[in-house]
Amino acid sequence: MERVEVQRSGGIWRYAAPAAFYPLAGKLAPWFFALAIVLTVVGLYIGFFVAPTDFQQGESYRIIFIHVPAAWMSMFLYLIMAFWCGVGLVFNTRLSFMMASALAPTGALMTFIALWTGSFWGRPTWGTWWEWDARMTSELILLFLYIGFMSLHAAIDEVRRADRAAALLALVGVINVPIIYYSVKWWNTLHQGASVSVTAGSKMAPLMLQGMLIMSLAAWMYCIAVALMRVRAIIVEREAGAAWLNEAVA
Amino acid sequence: MNWGSAQAFFDMGGYGLYVWGSYGMTALGILLEFYLVRRRRRMAEAQSHRRQLLDEDNT
Repeated sequence: MERVEVQRSGGIWRYAAPAAFYPLAGKLAPWFFALAIVLTVVGLYIGFFVAPTDFQQGESYRIIFIHVPAAWMSMFLYLIMAFWCGVGLVFNTRLSFMMASALAPTGALMTFIALWTGSFWGRPTWGTWWEWDARMTSELILLFLYIGFMSLHAAIDEVRRADRAAALLALVGVINVPIIYYSVKWWNTLHQGASVSVTAGSKMAPLMLQGMLIMSLAAWMYCIAVALMRVRAIIVEREAGAAWLNEAVA
Repeated sequence: MNWGSAQAFFDMGGYGLYVWGSYGMTALGILLEFYLVRRRRRMAEAQSHRRQLLDEDNT
């Protein structure tokens, strides 16, 4: 069945079939991992050995090189996850839901890292590990949304229904992403405003910014790589017993 | 170069706990995720293989 489907559709769309995407993801993942490692080494070298000490925060600011990339990824991944959920609901494509499911745990990890590093940065700079401030609270809600997505999916036995129910939750939760992003503008928060913005450019020292952007790229590459690995696992789980899979895995 | 010695590097100007506490947890999280994803695929493949063998037995 799968083979016929793959042969009929041409171009990039053929990769919408799990049978075609499975080997592609397997080929791509190591490259993304390699890029992630190279970028991390370069980014950390700049972050620790080239970028100067901050005149206000001393060395504690060096947490920025993971905090900001993780926080950005936590929001990006949610938007991408919600996008695949939307595509899945509209076009009823199996792979879209699998992509969404593959992104959720990585998104949750990035959110957790953003919260954890934020806490370890807040303690020396603000004198507190945690504050119920708009930015931190909305980021914590993001973590609960990821966990909610995974729990709801796991709680429903029939996978198609689980996909649709979790997708609906993910789409409703999208409203939280602009709230996180604009929280520092809309409310009087302990968290500082954006140092880098699309409209106003950057207010950071060039070397600090460089290190941070390279670490952000590294985070992108890592997330893509690990999501590709996970979507492969999900494809095997869901297509177990399919003829094409027996050939691919054997 | 920012650091005169390895000691100065680990001390991070007195912020060692916070900087390394952040980097350490991040490294731990990523290593754990990598390990779990690999294990998930291996287990799925083993499961699929068992199903295949069962199917062959039944035919």
